[in-house]
Amino acid sequence: MSSVQHVQQTFLAANEASEHRTLIISLFAAFVLATLAITIWAGRQTKDEADFYAGGRQFSAFQNGLAVSGDYMSAASFLGIAGAIAIFGYDGFLYSIGFLVAWLVALLLVAEPLRNSGRYTMGDVLAYRMRQRPVRTAAGTSTIVVSIFYLLAQMAGAGVLVSLLLGITSDAGKILIVALVGVLMIVYVSIGGMKGTTWVQMVKAVLLIGGTLLITFLVLLKFDFNISDLLGTAAENSGKGAAFLEPGLQYGATATSKIDFISLGIALVLGTAGLPHILIRFYTVPTAKAARKSVNWAIGIIGAFYLMTIALGFGAAALISQDEIIESNPSGNTAAPLLALHLGGVDSAWGAALLATISAVAFATILAVVAGLTLASSSSFAHDIYANVIRKGQATGAEEVRAARWATVFIGIVSIALGALARDLNVAGLVALAFAVAASANLPTILYSLFWKRFTTQGALWSIYGGLIVAVGLVLFSPVVSGDPKAMFPGVDFAWFPLKNPGIISIPFGFLMGWLGTILSKEEPDSGKYAELEVRSLTGTGAH
Amino acid sequence: MATDAPPPSKAEHRLPPTEEFVRVQESAEFGELRRSYRSFAFPLTVAFIAWYLLYVLLSNFAGGFMGTKLFGNINVALVLGLAQFLTTFLIAWWYSRHAATKLDPKAEAIKSRMENGA
Repeated sequence: MSSVQHVQQTFLAANEASEHRTLIISLFAAFVLATLAITIWAGRQTKDEADFYAGGRQFSAFQNGLAVSGDYMSAASFLGIAGAIAIFGYDGFLYSIGFLVAWLVALLLVAEPLRNSGRYTMGDVLAYRMRQRPVRTAAGTSTIVVSIFYLLAQMAGAGVLVSLLLGITSDAGKILIVALVGVLMIVYVSIGGMKGTTWVQMVKAVLLIGGTLLITFLVLLKFDFNISDLLGTAAENSGKGAAFLEPGLQYGATATSKIDFISLGIALVLGTAGLPHILIRFYTVPTAKAARKSVNWAIGIIGAFYLMTIALGFGAAALISQDEIIESNPSGNTAAPLLALHLGGVDSAWGAALLATISAVAFATILAVVAGLTLASSSSFAHDIYANVIRKGQATGAEEVRAARWATVFIGIVSIALGALARDLNVAGLVALAFAVAASANLPTILYSLFWKRFTTQGALWSIYGGLIVAVGLVLFSPVVSGDPKAMFPGVDFAWFPLKNPGIISIPFGFLMGWLGTILSKEEPDSGKYAELEVRSLTGTGAH
Repeated sequence: MATDAPPPSKAEHRLPPTEEFVRVQESAEFGELRRSYRSFAFPLTVAFIAWYLLYVLLSNFAGGFMGTKLFGNINVALVLGLAQFLTTFLIAWWYSRHAATKLDPKAEAIKSRMENGA
């Protein structure tokens, strides 16, 4: 099919056909109603803080593996990677590889020790053998900052979807939709807690895998299951020829962009094991063994999904013209739903139905991830900062849960406010920033805490704050924020840091600060506490 | 309270005193468990990160090699990318097998002895 001719028609179809708009809205409403029902049911089962924070620790390894996958495969994976591949070809595929390989760090070094020695939050492990108040404050701060970066990306995804699907182009309309997402997430988390959120993740994971399988199947069907054909057509239709299938289109141009590629690669592979909303999922299963099994399930599910991004991204490049992809969203964020429309036929009811289905799946994806992120930040606020810092460990479980519910409302409002800022950035690129911050501020402290006997409170604080400040600071002065047409503030230019991803500097810096803070500190490490942590983390003695 | 470990939860087993943790940490049995875990997980982590970085660097600096077509439009870059998937699955399986056969029995023995107060 000659998709170039369809450019105009597609936009007419996407903007005018009220029929498919009705379909999208009803599919989406069905998802919202079903998940709200689950949430209310889960809310009734939530009796104490272990239920609210950790879903009562009663989920099976498979259930949690599915939920981990749901939490992890965000709008970045579905919309962002498909778009990055559709525009930049092979370079976009790095995201898929990095996002998957990263799971080995979580599996080999973090998941089981964390499950054995913590209770509800990442801060439990970081603060285990340290002075509680300063370290918990630091852990809570970095949890909230990482989650807000991640939220920003999801909200950006919601914004672009809406403008494509519902033809809402006014800022007021977009803000309204972002606000709707925000309100829903507040409801999910504050009522359903971890139990409700986990079930929502499972439903979403099944929908996302189902939708992706369908699109992959249809793409492959178009090319008689000949991958080489698909790639060849994608290369030709992209107008870039064989270069489209090779590394370098996005990152190969200059020395700076090559360094940016390495920076992104490092951030992706080291970020996952420092993401608070992923780490707290390991508390929802009864044992470390179950945590290991759930990571294995997740690696299988997520790996299968990322393999399919090849079909999604190159399929979009093969069947849709570059002009159409870029005109719809400069970063390609709408390539996957556009692909669905083209697969079904631009002017056909089947095309509209497919577009509606995939868009509803994308909405579900965003909503679920947003809920997971909000839960992580409000848990950390309530458990680390409120209960252990403000109340010095004297708060009751009921008071903690109440604090968590209020924090949910607050974080919801903040993310709604930020969501409007990041519309034109590639969603995968934005999430990669959250990965960089997590790898710089959280991962060094987690690893040092678990494996380095000498590590001290000062080391932990230097590492968390050092990694956090440098990572966020470099992003602030990068082309992501200013000085670029696609930046959040395109009108101004204070971007003196040339890389879009700060990982190559901020991650080593986080590790360095942890080491430096430790060797320069005057206090002796608490060796008794380290004995507790080490024996607990490897054997599960006394695990909750 | 503020500098203690998290307070015990309702379903918790007996948490032994710190001295016992120190004693176990210094025991040969625990040393064996730690060695068996670290000597497997640490080198493997270094290896898969090196292998991943090699792939990233090849993408950056060996464009010609990565663009070599192997069959049809399938080039070295795609095959190496898929190889990363394959090694990830294999390493996950290999570690899990090691953990189940070598680590779990040792960990379980120490845990049950400590929690039952023997």
